[in-house]
Amino acid sequence: MAVIYGATRKGIRLVKGPLLFMEGVLEARFGEVVRIFSEEGREWVGQVLEAGREATVIQVLGDTEGIDVGVIVKFTGETLKLPVAEEMLGRVFSGSGVPIDGGPPVKAEDYRDINGAPINPTMRDYPDEFVETGISAIDGMLSLVRGQKLPIFSESGLPHNQVAAQIARQAVVPGKAERFAIVFAAIGLKHDEVLYFRKQFEEFGALSRSILFLNLANDPVIERIMTPRVALTAAEYLAFDLDMDVLVILTDMTNYCEALRELSAAREEVPSRKGYPGYMYSDLASIYERAGRIKGKAGSITLMPILTMPGGDLTHPIPDLTGYITEGQIFLDYDLFNRGIYPPINVLPSLSRLMKDGVGRGKTREDHMEVSNQLYASYREGTKARELVQIIGEAGLSKRERTYLRFADRFEREFVAQGFRERRPIEETLEIAWDLLAMLPEAELTRISDATIAKYHPKHRGSGEEGPEGKTEIYA
Amino acid sequence: MAVEQEVTGVVSHIKGPIVVADGMRGARIREIVLVGEEKLIGEIVRIEGNRTVIQVYEPTEGMRPGEPVERTGEPLSAELGPGLLGQVLDGLGRPLPKIAEMTGPFITRGIKLPTLPRDVKWSFKPSARVGDRVVPGDVLGTVPEGAVTHKIMVPPNALPGRIVEMAPEGDYTVEEVIAVVESAGGVRQEIKLYHKWPVRMPRPFREKLEPTMLLVTGQRVIDTFFPIVKGGASAIPGGFGTGKTVTLHQVSKWADADVVVYVGCGERGNEMTDLLQHFPKLIDPKTGRPLLERSVLIANTSNMPVPAREASIFIGITYAEYYRDMGLDVVLTADSTSRWAEALRELSSRLEEIPSERGFPAYLPDYIASFYERAGRIKVLGRRDEMGSVAVIGAVSPSGGDLNEPVTQHTMRYVGAFWALDKDLAFKRHFPAINWLKSFSKYVAELKYWWIENTGYDMMEYRERAMEILQKASSLEEVARVVGEAALSDENRLVLLAAEMIREGFLVQNAYHEVDTYCSPKKQAMLLKALVEFYDRARPLVEAGVPMSSIREMSSVGLLMRLKFVPEDEFEEALKEALTKLETEASMLMAEVR
Repeated sequence: MAVIYGATRKGIRLVKGPLLFMEGVLEARFGEVVRIFSEEGREWVGQVLEAGREATVIQVLGDTEGIDVGVIVKFTGETLKLPVAEEMLGRVFSGSGVPIDGGPPVKAEDYRDINGAPINPTMRDYPDEFVETGISAIDGMLSLVRGQKLPIFSESGLPHNQVAAQIARQAVVPGKAERFAIVFAAIGLKHDEVLYFRKQFEEFGALSRSILFLNLANDPVIERIMTPRVALTAAEYLAFDLDMDVLVILTDMTNYCEALRELSAAREEVPSRKGYPGYMYSDLASIYERAGRIKGKAGSITLMPILTMPGGDLTHPIPDLTGYITEGQIFLDYDLFNRGIYPPINVLPSLSRLMKDGVGRGKTREDHMEVSNQLYASYREGTKARELVQIIGEAGLSKRERTYLRFADRFEREFVAQGFRERRPIEETLEIAWDLLAMLPEAELTRISDATIAKYHPKHRGSGEEGPEGKTEIYA
Repeated sequence: MAVEQEVTGVVSHIKGPIVVADGMRGARIREIVLVGEEKLIGEIVRIEGNRTVIQVYEPTEGMRPGEPVERTGEPLSAELGPGLLGQVLDGLGRPLPKIAEMTGPFITRGIKLPTLPRDVKWSFKPSARVGDRVVPGDVLGTVPEGAVTHKIMVPPNALPGRIVEMAPEGDYTVEEVIAVVESAGGVRQEIKLYHKWPVRMPRPFREKLEPTMLLVTGQRVIDTFFPIVKGGASAIPGGFGTGKTVTLHQVSKWADADVVVYVGCGERGNEMTDLLQHFPKLIDPKTGRPLLERSVLIANTSNMPVPAREASIFIGITYAEYYRDMGLDVVLTADSTSRWAEALRELSSRLEEIPSERGFPAYLPDYIASFYERAGRIKVLGRRDEMGSVAVIGAVSPSGGDLNEPVTQHTMRYVGAFWALDKDLAFKRHFPAINWLKSFSKYVAELKYWWIENTGYDMMEYRERAMEILQKASSLEEVARVVGEAALSDENRLVLLAAEMIREGFLVQNAYHEVDTYCSPKKQAMLLKALVEFYDRARPLVEAGVPMSSIREMSSVGLLMRLKFVPEDEFEEALKEALTKLETEASMLMAEVR
């Protein structure tokens, strides 16, 4: 362990939850890391929460079991930093960044403050490049863009872990596969969930391009506050020092917010909605806003936080505040799940705000946006017809409505649903989409221009009019 | 810059952005201080005997008790002078591109940078002479700044007096003295191209006037249905995904103002980048010059320091008032005032103040009022007969989409127009998703004559008729939901068709469509008139027994609904064509039933 400089003090007056109240320590710097030793030789790590002449408040990072008023506090003069290096790829760490895979400690190339620093808005580069996840519902209609932050809104019991594992395994920036990395942070997950993820990463050989940070449900609450920050600090190093495209998956952010509430209550702060602290918006933003691209840098951070909406309530502060910061959202849906559709992505309330800038000619394919709009509109018609069936029965439907009803069923079973191990390139996704759209009368395809129909509609393809260009280049 | 004697205090306690200092005798509330060895910018928010509570605008990590606190003797002030337009500033008025030059892509702390460039020379043309008597607000000369003729005025806090020195026409930096005014008491006041003004204090004016002029935004649902006036105030509340930011960007781009101040307050970084990358490419339809030349952009994204977020709105409105005082029309858009109010809540909670509703401090309403009340159309200070205006448009992000939360509710009391964004409309991809049944504008009546004078059409009459159709349709739709549309009478189904045409052909406006993104008032008036006339023309057909299905199939229905996409210079022609077509088709249908 490194030699510790700085002051050593005794004098704890009060221990309350994770907080130690001690007399004023002039050398204590706000936010610095302290090490706490008991007489029996046990050790804890903490952070200065308030520095003052009359009182110093220390937050213990971890379990406070065994701490008494006789402990010795050493002030290190350093803020919380993570050692970063390229060799972190392929490794597994605890939620605070300590290796837990039995390997040696990381040979640090640099130490970075885990809180990061805000990106200067004038130095940001606008995200406009497609990330292929191999999942049709996402690639086709909710395209993820390099540098975007796009959360998955789920509920307890839905297969968001599988979806996350599948994305982690399959995602790639077309044409730049070799510089792609995954930073995965498990926040307050159960032991079996963590095992699941570890197995997934190892089994599919995705581990070599990934860094895992695992904070378990029974790990200290305070570590949970650090986990997303530690993960993003590693991601920033990969992205902006090593020019890699990094996809960061944070799951489950609901556990993070619960931890934030717990600490806020321990500090006796004034609560805002549902007991969550008033600064939760700024706090979440300080995590989510670390995603992005920077002018003059080849790398990027794309962020996919996953959260379970308590009670499925979208207006709950956690999804609500998240939605205000992120660039869209992907909804998982109980109804689809119960009908055996995997992944159960409900595209209707979902949205990717940056899709329009990340798809189309030269990025995916020129018909992508039109096809997506048409699928959206037609599926909506289909779900409306399905509602009608509930009231008047299928016999009462018009011919048009019955067609749409069938379209919605096929859309869910053929386009949305796919295998957990199935990776569909965007070209295939669009082909499936056209196959489905071909069952509708051409006059109903109002969101697609005539030129695009002539070029891509299965009925017209191969008619020879378009010649070899009919099959268009991908990622030109 | 600071000398040893000015070190008047020492840090005694640090708790996040709140720092307590001892021994700051003579310090005043709202005074700016430089805290700690890194001289972080802070503001005094409370004085308790010898203890001074300071709100620090930058992260305080690493600071310890005993570090020095310097007084500056000044409240938080904005630099006002040529060089503001076209800038991108942070929440404290520091130029972000210059910060990037200094610290790279990430923002570090302790940066001191003036807002206005010190090395740029401005070509100053004096209009006053030595010997002239001047009062605050009088113009001493002008400087061309982008599309604006920037007036150099005697600052509002100067004493009236006589000009004893006046610089000749020539190029000057903002720091050079261009005039000396001697007061009656013999005080020599040096006047430069810029001066400072405390941001929390409204700039004075002679008289507040009644607002009577439409602020044209080119957005049909706003201009026609829920207009805002020059010098008016409006709020645009909506949950996420309802298109708040796009609507606000549209207004900032197209508003017919001389100067636009955009405050991005606690919002997404990528959205700000979108604005920063697209804004410079936009051309003002009136002057043909880049829109950026008439704009000041303030960017405090959600991950930048919270206290600076609180300050950013006041900095922005101070810039707006400054250009107003030159006799210009200014628009300030703020996205979002909820983040600003939340910043206040966060700071209040750290000060351990007693919370009121939802954790907001009890003085929240005063605070919101102190911003919106700075909007207005005024007669400027000084001895000239000029008017200027500041219109304020604030986005509100109600938590959980609940319009009954305190920020939305208090905001509603102080604004003249309220554009309620609706999740259901957004869900149907009806944009701008402004709900015509829940929104209001108190300015409608006053604008009747503006429309007649400026477009030749009595727009407010069509508005009333269109509103009637929309309202009727909304209650009919409820009936139709139960009994089915087929069960309605043809008269009622015609109302539904007319409402659909007004919705699709007028209210829905595509911000990304080359033509549709902006619609002139005259085009708006002609378009709405045509849509209302369609209803009037079709009604006798229904009464005569023409089936609704035939009316719906008229090709003029589609023509009218797509007229909005016709460019302005071809519009009258296309409109005439559509109306002729309507007339032919209607006569044919009439002939058939006879």
